[in-house]
Amino acid sequence: MPLTDQEFAELTERAASIRCQIADVTGWSGGAHIGGSLSMTDIITLLYWKYLRIDPARPDWEDRDRFVLSKGHGGVGHAVVLAERGYFDREALRSFNETDSMLGMHLDSNKVPGCDASTGSMGHGLSQAVGMALGARVLKKEWRVFCIIGDGESNEGSIWEAAMSAAHYKLDNLIVFQDRNHLMIDGPTEDVMSLEPLADKWRAFGFETREVNGHDLHALSEAIEFAIDHKGSPVMLLCDTIKGKGVEFMEGKPEWHYGGLNADQIAKAKASIRSED
Amino acid sequence: METASTLTWTIYDADKMTQREIYGIVLTDLGKQHPEIVGLSADLAKSTKIGTFGDAYPDRFFNFGIAEQNMFGAAAGLAKAGLTPFVSTMSAFASMRACEFVRTDICYQNLNVKIIATHGGMSFGSGGATHHANEDLSIIRAFPNLTVICPADTIETAMAVKKCMEITGPVYIRIGRGFEPRIYESEDYGFEVGKAHELRSGTDLTILATGNTVFHAVQAADIMQERDGLSVRVLNMHTLKPLDEEAVIQALLDTRRLLTVEDHSVIGGLGSAVADVIAASGKGCAFNKLGIPDTFCPHGNPEDLMHLYKIDTDGIIEKVGELMQRDFEEDEDWEDEV
Ligand SMILES: Cc1ncc(C[n+]2csc(CCOP(=O)(O)OP(=O)(O)O)c2C)c(N)n1
Repeated sequence: MPLTDQEFAELTERAASIRCQIADVTGWSGGAHIGGSLSMTDIITLLYWKYLRIDPARPDWEDRDRFVLSKGHGGVGHAVVLAERGYFDREALRSFNETDSMLGMHLDSNKVPGCDASTGSMGHGLSQAVGMALGARVLKKEWRVFCIIGDGESNEGSIWEAAMSAAHYKLDNLIVFQDRNHLMIDGPTEDVMSLEPLADKWRAFGFETREVNGHDLHALSEAIEFAIDHKGSPVMLLCDTIKGKGVEFMEGKPEWHYGGLNADQIAKAKASIRSED
Repeated sequence: METASTLTWTIYDADKMTQREIYGIVLTDLGKQHPEIVGLSADLAKSTKIGTFGDAYPDRFFNFGIAEQNMFGAAAGLAKAGLTPFVSTMSAFASMRACEFVRTDICYQNLNVKIIATHGGMSFGSGGATHHANEDLSIIRAFPNLTVICPADTIETAMAVKKCMEITGPVYIRIGRGFEPRIYESEDYGFEVGKAHELRSGTDLTILATGNTVFHAVQAADIMQERDGLSVRVLNMHTLKPLDEEAVIQALLDTRRLLTVEDHSVIGGLGSAVADVIAASGKGCAFNKLGIPDTFCPHGNPEDLMHLYKIDTDGIIEKVGELMQRDFEEDEDWEDEV
């Protein structure tokens, strides 16, 4: 079902709030992977508030849908979402990155309730997602697996090994989002290691592939519903996004892959996020 | 081709730079005299500072994207073509992600590839276990043909990067992420690959340290000398392979109490290498290893983590105290040797 006006308004507000909190945590922690967390915020918000069949009170509920953040450096964004969704107290975000905190730059699934896979080394999460999707088949379970990968991340050969296996085993319970923000650490993806024609690559690897604006909640929602209904192969939702989305002074700037924010910058970032609502 | 190069950094700079920064500068300098040097990175040109070389010699620099396995395989090919690749990524990815490519493509064929691995040990503390390299030395120390060096500070990093050009064959140089306190004042302290450098002489106990822990070993030794009148020898074991076995044996004979310190697992690194030498010697001694126990470390500030695992000054002092109390069986010729 398409998003209702009310859902759209709520999700839009939620995404803005998540972005503001990401800016806060980036400030408190002295530095975080803010650019790539902002680019995936709309996708992850939609998943956690509309599509994932989860129960934050029971993070280990066996039948839950799985979510794997293969681009694990988006941990700051994921942590904010998990706290906001009720997996743990928001206060925990205050100590993000500190030595004795539960929350580090790359979330540890043995420590963080709601985190289904420890990631952070690029090109591991999709393979774990493939295993989870296969596991559902073996156990005759209905759970679905949602996975977000980076565009730079898919330079890794292992991403394509995972893709091959997902298609080979016709994992239609696996839905992959590629956060196509066109940037990696050393610059634009097409300058560092070109990926295009990316949609063709996914199609050639056996994925039902849709290109979608990763910041358009209506379009994203439609694409996710298509993916959930799709049978016979895994689905790739190739999401066109902007690194640093929402914060004008970060948008499209590779130097905001990782960074810290002072009080002024946090205020500026939030004003920018709010002006977009 | 340009000829003799002058220093592009000063001792003053060395104080203000990280090991990565000085590496970038020294490599760029070497690039002037050595047109055969090529640089490779995997989306970490900025972060490892090999990008400094890349900016100076764009035609001799290749960014492979986030694809470490392919990068090390390609480095082997470049070496086969007669070039000298310097390859930089984080230690965790050089030793583990690309492990077999390093072993089989580079070491097995004994190719002239220089691996400058950054973010060694827990120096990228906040990155957590995915970005800690606590196993790299155990893994790669087992690779035949490979020379393994862990410089203690910026000056020693500069020395190691220069000297590795004199070695024909693969070299792994492990450096940190942040600012390491400086130990050496200038380049003329006598750095030699495969030779331990004695920083403090002593007769009661020997601390054998490597990498960023050397500074703490020196500090600990000075404090104990001052406070307890303890005579502690400090050896900078910058080369893990080939290990300076002679220096180990000499320390064993002279002091009979040995403590190793490293920002690395106690399984397979410096401590294990030294233990092998001690065991083979058949001499009784009091010995202990400081390093990361058999566990995945939490994320955190590197200083906090070093404190947690007692590989900082305080921890070393504590362990030395324990080791001084330890009894061991003296063998028959002990007297002859002292
Ligand atoms: C195997 C591996 N190599 C290198 C890194 C260092 N690293 C962290 S993030 C990153 C860039 C990621 O780019 P992309 O996937 O496009 O993420 P985004 O732009 O969405 O943040 C790199 C190279 C890593 N985490 N893992």
